[in-house]
Parts: sequence; structure tokens; C-alpha cells
Amino acid sequence: MPTVSVKRDLLFQALGQTYTDEEFDELCFEFGLELDEITSEKDIISREQGDQKAEGASDVVLYKIDVPANRYDLLCLEGLVRGLQVFKEKLEAPRYRRVSPVNGDPQRLIITEETASVRPHAVAAVLRNITFTQERYDSFIELQEKLHQNICRKRTLVAIGTHDLDTISGPFTYTAKAPEEIRFRPLNQSQEYTATQLMSLYKTDSHLRHYLHIIEDKPLYPIIYDSNGVVLSMPPIINGDHSKISVNTRNVFIECTATDITKAKIVLDMMVTMFSEYCDEPFTVEEAEVVYPDGRMFSYPELAYRTETLSADFINHRVGIKETADSIAHLLTRMCLRSEVTGEADQIQVEIPPTRSDVIHACDIMEDAAMAYGFNNIIRTTPRTYTVANQLPLNKLTELLRTDLAAAGFTEALTFALCSREDIADKLGKNITETRAVHISNPKTAEFQVARTTLLPGLLKTVAANRKMALPLKLFEISDVVLKDEDKDVGACNNRRLCAVYYNKTPGFEVIHGLLDRLMQLLDVKPGRDHGYHIQASEDSTFFPGRCAEIFFGGKTIGRLGVLHPDVINAFDLTMPCSALDVDIEPFL
Amino acid sequence: MADAGVLESLLRLVEKADGGIDSQDVAGSLSVDHQVVVGAVKSLQSLGEVIEAEQRSSKHWELTGEGSEIAEHGSHEARVFNAIPEEGMPQSQLMKLASGKVGFSKAMSSKWIRVDKGHEGGPRVFRTVESIVDSVREKLQLVQKGQSSKLEEKVKNELKKRKLLTEVTVKSYWITKGSNFSTTITKQETELTPEMIASGSWKEKKFKPYNFEAMGVAPDSGHLHPLMKVRTQFRQIFLEMGFTEMPTNNFIESSFWNFDSLFQPQQHPARDQHDTFFLSDPAMAHKFPEDYLERVKKVHSEGGYGSQGYKYDWKIEEAQKNILRTHTTAVSARMLYKLAQQEKFTPVKYFSIDRVFRNETLDATHLAEFHQIEGVVADYGLTLGDLMGVLHQFFTKLGITKLRFKPAYNPYTEPSMEVFSYHEGLKKWVEVGNSGVFRPEMLLPMGLPEGVSVIAWGLSLERPTMIKYGINNIRELVGHKVNLQMVYDSPVCRLDS
Repeated sequence: MPTVSVKRDLLFQALGQTYTDEEFDELCFEFGLELDEITSEKDIISREQGDQKAEGASDVVLYKIDVPANRYDLLCLEGLVRGLQVFKEKLEAPRYRRVSPVNGDPQRLIITEETASVRPHAVAAVLRNITFTQERYDSFIELQEKLHQNICRKRTLVAIGTHDLDTISGPFTYTAKAPEEIRFRPLNQSQEYTATQLMSLYKTDSHLRHYLHIIEDKPLYPIIYDSNGVVLSMPPIINGDHSKISVNTRNVFIECTATDITKAKIVLDMMVTMFSEYCDEPFTVEEAEVVYPDGRMFSYPELAYRTETLSADFINHRVGIKETADSIAHLLTRMCLRSEVTGEADQIQVEIPPTRSDVIHACDIMEDAAMAYGFNNIIRTTPRTYTVANQLPLNKLTELLRTDLAAAGFTEALTFALCSREDIADKLGKNITETRAVHISNPKTAEFQVARTTLLPGLLKTVAANRKMALPLKLFEISDVVLKDEDKDVGACNNRRLCAVYYNKTPGFEVIHGLLDRLMQLLDVKPGRDHGYHIQASEDSTFFPGRCAEIFFGGKTIGRLGVLHPDVINAFDLTMPCSALDVDIEPFL
Repeated sequence: MADAGVLESLLRLVEKADGGIDSQDVAGSLSVDHQVVVGAVKSLQSLGEVIEAEQRSSKHWELTGEGSEIAEHGSHEARVFNAIPEEGMPQSQLMKLASGKVGFSKAMSSKWIRVDKGHEGGPRVFRTVESIVDSVREKLQLVQKGQSSKLEEKVKNELKKRKLLTEVTVKSYWITKGSNFSTTITKQETELTPEMIASGSWKEKKFKPYNFEAMGVAPDSGHLHPLMKVRTQFRQIFLEMGFTEMPTNNFIESSFWNFDSLFQPQQHPARDQHDTFFLSDPAMAHKFPEDYLERVKKVHSEGGYGSQGYKYDWKIEEAQKNILRTHTTAVSARMLYKLAQQEKFTPVKYFSIDRVFRNETLDATHLAEFHQIEGVVADYGLTLGDLMGVLHQFFTKLGITKLRFKPAYNPYTEPSMEVFSYHEGLKKWVEVGNSGVFRPEMLLPMGLPEGVSVIAWGLSLERPTMIKYGINNIRELVGHKVNLQMVYDSPVCRLDS
């Protein structure tokens, strides 16, 4: 969930009202936001770098507000204030308009075919006659960063470049070139570099190094030039220094390059709807044209308004309220969804503005009506759904056996389903290739290399972690292991196992054997070769030679028991003899 | 039990004594060591109220080894005096006597003897008085007879300085008759035996009292794991509410069922390597319901069912990627798809409690795997109010009655609500679960009828367990680093109390 940091006093000033922290927290809660933290720059620096560094830092109170991941329109102070003001009915939602330039033709961005292999899309727009202040400028920069981190998926899907239009001249060309052919002075650098040099320069940059991988291995890098060959940006890495914006910039050219055109349009809409407020003619955005290699031409920003028509009955029935169509239209308008009753039955026409890209279905509108109504004003009801409960037979059996194994003097362990390859192979005297283990491709540590194929390592590790406890240690676990299985759609299946260990100064084979007999008694299985169970001497590298038996039920092998091999005991950092039982319980369903 | 003879002699002495008797005196009169008497006192005390014994401590003076020798043979100075004949003896010869050095100086200062230094053949010692009184010996003999009280403190301290006397503390018992005093002893029985029951002899016996202050012997038992005890209770709650258990015994899931079927877009951060465990073997899932897969693809990339969709290039390769499931909602999706394939829709209530996996950063409250509790209700016309009502009933069974709901975002539910409960201890609202109504883009491609709503909620099993059992570090609860003593000692789980 993205967190937006805003200066409290600036926020209250914009809201035209001051709140206590509790009151503001309450307002956030109702609106689906969360006042996560109340802090200041000084506090943050002091916490992260110590009191000394914090000296002299600003102690202006900051609110850190958690915003739902799909509400890009609330990622900056401007959007938050607009959303809350409309919600509180202090403001009517503005109408955003795309306008043509007063003089001359629109700015044009021409895409060449070389971009197809790396980053094929681009959109653009102009904020004309904008007035920044330091705060507005900071917020503008911050919004780009928030969008980059969220909807842009760390610049992989979309990258935003903003430029001082008065320093460059169109038409602009978006192309892709070999890195050694690209040469320009990047933002905040004093000299020119080739793209190849830049990639190595930014290897150590704490911020930019995270984006290098997006184009690093591509033969051609994306690059945008103006008509004089000035580099605007090398997306998604860095802008040129030449066209950089400042607090004094009056005309801003915004370009977004992308691999996902839908997201690029949303991002551009967000940038311009949030900041066109500060243009001489507020909420207007000057269009720009984008020409694709095949000649198709588009005007941006789209700033599309969409209407949906739905019935009051739909909202009332889904939410569980009884409001009139008028009242619901009013609720929706408070959520920036300008709505009116059509006069036809209980139909309501809802207009979805370009800022609400999260509204893609009538159910999203229904949720907004519920939020405006107040979730906590909805009467809690009991559905009449009549059903009869059933337990999963496998879990029912597991529950019954767990209780009786504890009654037999064994204590239940609860171990991890993920472990290292070593745990299920080397340490048990097995080769990993003989196991049917599924392997994880992206483990952060060795503890998560495979899913366990047996419960035994987990129990032995539990014993090792509890060596200070009085002997004997008698542990069991009934849980799932995971095995490769060609017959399943995903190629793997779970298998419910029962594993028990007895750890003492003597091996206690008879104890573990007795537990098997007791288990069979509980399952109402008699000793016997045909329909009952029996055990038969067997060799298994996990067990001490001559001290291992295979367990058969109805003639089929279902597990093993025996005294563990001393190498296994050592591998798990244990010192005493240990016997173990490992059995599949699924045949008893 | 102490020697019966000593016990009886002791009891007879107590009987005769008026107002009580000191155990030291008993030892004296029975000519046994004091410790034997102490043993006897303890034995009698354990029999009930036969005697009463009050511990006392007294100080008294005793002779040291040297003191005893002097009491017997006389003081060093007396021995020197007695050794000197009428005609005197050479000082050198006198000094060779055992008591010579000490005795000579003491006898000199008592003016019992003199030295003639100018005597022919070297200095010679002579008596100066006819006879002497050896008062040191007499004093010591008094102490020896137990009459030290006749001596002044000053004198005794002087003798102590000469290391002839020492003051010792003696612990003794002042023994008096108890309420059940008797000179004959009935042996107390410790336990009732089958023979006593058979013969009826228990009627005549006296039984040793139990010490009810002591702890009992711990039973030799096995124990259930606390997290599993809590799981059992949650299962019970769902069963009480008429919910059927879903088959969640499939840790490996395809991205299709875990994400795509839930209308979670393929670029969603949850599908990132940083959040989800992907498999290298078996890396891909192969079998999918083909027509359903096409409908899912369409709703993501183009929309439909009243939805705009996400409008992106949906790829089967992403959907095929096998993962360790990140939520049990993947199973709910399979179950709802299965339900949609029924000829006629029937309402269902489903639940599950099982493991899910996240490739997250680990800390004191987060592990790479945890148990998710999930409840799902599917029926015609369910409302958001119904979801709140079901949640209220569910949480009431957990002992949580004060709930409120915050709008939230989740890719596959709309509306989505975070569930908060008021924590009396912390005096604030804390999040206890997540809930929502499944999106039509998830349900309609499955083939569920249009009017059917599906409400669902989820929470982790670990968090309520940690709160219930007061555990701060999740590793002490889950995994092999568990503290078995905690498992042994954990009480039963009743969630509503």
C-alpha cells in the first residue's frame, strides 16, 4: 500500500479546516485511508541516522497516509485534498479539459520503429502557463516518484519524463539507438556521457541502479530528441539536463514511454489532472500528438469521461441499504463520480472521470456508494443461506489421530513445509535425485530451496533445538509433504504423513514399534499379511543397518520405522540414539 | 524412625517433667548424643500432637583442649612451681619442661618464684612461697562441672583470651506434652493398602498427614501444539456455523488459480519474485479448463461481464507458472469454479485453515509460511450487510464483539473491507482480518449465475494464537525452534474466554 507524506499544516490550509489528529484519523478511516504515522523530517532523520544528523532539519509536522493501491488520484497533496473536499461537499469535482494550443500546432512526438523491440509506446501532453511554488514543485516531483513505484511497476511498464518546454523545440522524436551512439549531459551532471558510460556511472547510484536492468541487455536504448538533436530523456533511466524543470518553469512538456499503453494513458492523465490546477486556466491541459511508425496518430491526454447507467435497486441490493435514487446519486457525487437520476425508473447515470481509473465495473461504483453511505452505518444482517457442514475426511482423520497420539504420550510438533535440499537428502543419507521433491526457483536463503518430502528433518531439528529438555523426547507431527506427481495439473501433490521420533539414551525401537501398533489399533487394522498390517526387515540409508523395517498395509508399503543411522543423528547435531516412524495415512481414509 | 527405646525413654522423661524438659538435659540423663534426642523429637512430631517441641538456642562455656588439660593437670605456672625443689633448679633446666616457658613467666608475675642470676653455675630458680592456690585450674574445673555461671564474665573472657575457654551456641528443644500425649507409640501409616481395606485394619491406624502445599507429580503425557489447538477451535467455530471444509491439501498451485482466476492482473506486485515462491521443478502447470481459461484471458485483456478489464496483453505463460500458493483463496477459486459447473446452483458455505507461503522479509511476526483462515459464502442476493453480519457472528465466537469496518483495496474483492476490533488493553482499534465481496470479473467467467454474490473473509491463525498464548516471537511458536516447555505447559484453548 503506497504511503503519501504531506505537511499537516499545508493539508489543513488546503482543506480550509484544522483537525485534531484523532479527528483526521477518523476522517481517513471513513474514506478508506489510514493515518499511518505522525512525524517530521527531523524525527525521520533522527530515527534513521541519529540525533546529530537531525539537527537543523525541519520539524514541520508530517502526516504519513496509507492510500489504497488502486487510488493513483490520491498519491499527492493536490489529489488528497480534492478527494476529501468533494467527499465533505466543500468542493465540486472539477472537470478536466483537453485544449488545443492557442497559437500554432500542437506539440508532436514521433515514434520510430526502432522502439518496437524495447519500449514501443509513448504518450505526451503540455501543462501551459503553470505556476509552481516550492511546495507545488516538490509535490509534482514526488507524484512522479509515487507513480513510478506503483502503477509504473518501478518504471518497467511506464516511465515519466517532464521537461521545460521553453528550452526545447518540437517536433520530438522517440527512437532507440545503440548505447554507444547515445551521448548527452544527463540531469545534474556537468559533462556529457555515452549511454554505455552512464550505465556504469549509475551502477553505484542508490536510486537509479534499480532501473538499469530494464534496458541494460537490450541492443538499442530508448531515447527522445528535440528537433535540434537535444536529448530530452533516455527512458526509463534519466532525463537530459538541458530541459530540466525548475520552480520557475511555466510550460511543462510531459512524455511517458511505456510497454503497456493502457497504463501510460492512466499515468499521463494522473500527472495532468493533479497539476493542471495550477495553470492560468485551471484544469485545462494542452494536447500533444503522438505519431506511431505506421502513421497512426493520437492526441493526448485522453482525459476520457465514461458514463455507466445503473439502478438504485442494484446498489441497494448489493450493499444492503434502502436509499432513493436521488440519495444514491448524491452519495456517488461525493466520491467524485458525478451522478444524476435519469428519470427513467430508478436509473442513475454515473460519470467516471479520468482520475478514477480504478472504477472498471458497476461493483466499483457500488463500493463507492457504500463508502459514502458509511460502511459502519450499514445494518448488519444474517444471510438466510442454509447449509449442512462437512469436514474434509482427511482432516477429520488427522484431528482424531492427533488427539490419540498425544494421549499415547507423544507431543505434537509443528515444523516448516519448506526446507533446504540438504535437510531432505544429504542429512538423511539420500541423494536429492531419489526424492520426488519440488524445487523453488527463487529462494532468498537455503531454508527455502524445496518443499519437504518427509516430516522427519523437521522433527529432528525440533529435538536439536530442545536438547535441554528432560529425556526421553517423544514427538510427532501429522502434516503434508509435497511430491512431484505427473497426474496432477500442477505436476505435484500433497501427501498427509504421520511421523514420530523417540529420542533417548537407548534407541527405543520397541517404543516406536509400540506406537505403530497403537496407531493400527486406533485405525482398527489388525496385524496380518493380507488385509492387516505387518512390518518386514528392510534397508534404508536413513536407518542403522539391520534396524529398519518397512510397513505394509493390505500388501502395499506405506512407510518405515527403525533406529536412525548414527550419521543422520550427527547430521542433525544430536547425540543420543533415536528411533523414528514415518507413515502415509491417506490409505486409511 | 528413631530407636524405639530412646523414644519411649524420652516420653517417660517428658511425662515426669513438670512444665517441660530441655533436649540437652534429656541427652544428659539418657547418656546419649544430643543428635539422637533431636532425631527422636522429630519422629515424635511427625506422629501428630504427641509432644510439642519448641526450638531454643542457648550459649554456654566449654573448655578448649588446653583448658581440659589444665583442669586435669593444673595450670602451667602451678606445674612449674611444683617442679622446683627446695634447693631450686637451674633456669636452663626449668625451661626444658613442657610448661616451662609459659609457666615461668606466669609464676614470676604471681611472685611464686624468683631467679638468682648470679648463682654459681648459671641462673637458678627458687620458690618464694611455701604453697600456692592454683585458681586457674579451679575456675576451669568449675566450668567443666557446668557451673560456669559462678564465674564473673570478666574472668571468663580472660580465660577465653588465654584460649582455655570457648563460648558455644547450643540448639536444643524445649519439649512439652502434646494434646495427644501418650507414652506408648502407635506407628503412623503413610498410605492405605489393599490389605488394610481387606482386613479393616485401617480403622485402627493413624495415617501420616499429607503435605498439601507440595506440587503433585506431573502426569506422563503427550501434548498438542498450541497453534493446532487454536486451529481445532477455529474449525469447530466454522462447523458450528455450518461451513464445509475445503480440500486445501495442495501447496503447489498454478499462477492461474492463485492469481488469474481471481482477476489479479499479471503485472500485480504480488506476482513478483520478491513476494512469491516460484518453482523450477515442476516449473509449469499444464492442464486447465480450456474454455474457462479463455474467458479469464478475455476478461483481463478486453473486459466483459460489464467490466472494462485491465486492457493488457494476457499471457498463458504467466498463468502456467507454478508457485507455492500465496493464499488459500486459490482453493476457494477452484471450489467456486466447481460449484459453477453444477447443473443447478446450490448455496454453499466453505472454510479452510491451511498453510500459505510468501517470499517475504522475515521478522518477529512474519515467517515465509503461515496458516490462513478463510470463510466463503455463496448465495443469491448476499449483501455487504450480510458480510458484516456473518463477520459479527464469527468474531463473537472468538470473544470479539466490538467491530468496525474500513474500506480497503484488494484486486479480487469489491467492496473490500478491513475488519478492526477494539482492543481493550491497547485502548485502540486493531486490524483483525480482511474481507470482501468477490468481483464479478472473477465469478462470472466461472459460470456462476449473475445474481449470486460471494462474500469472503480471511485472517491468519498465528496472530490470534500469539495473542492468546502471550508469545512475542513467532519462531517460539512455529517451526523447529519451538520451546517444547511452552508446548507442555500451554493451557487448553477456549477462544471466547
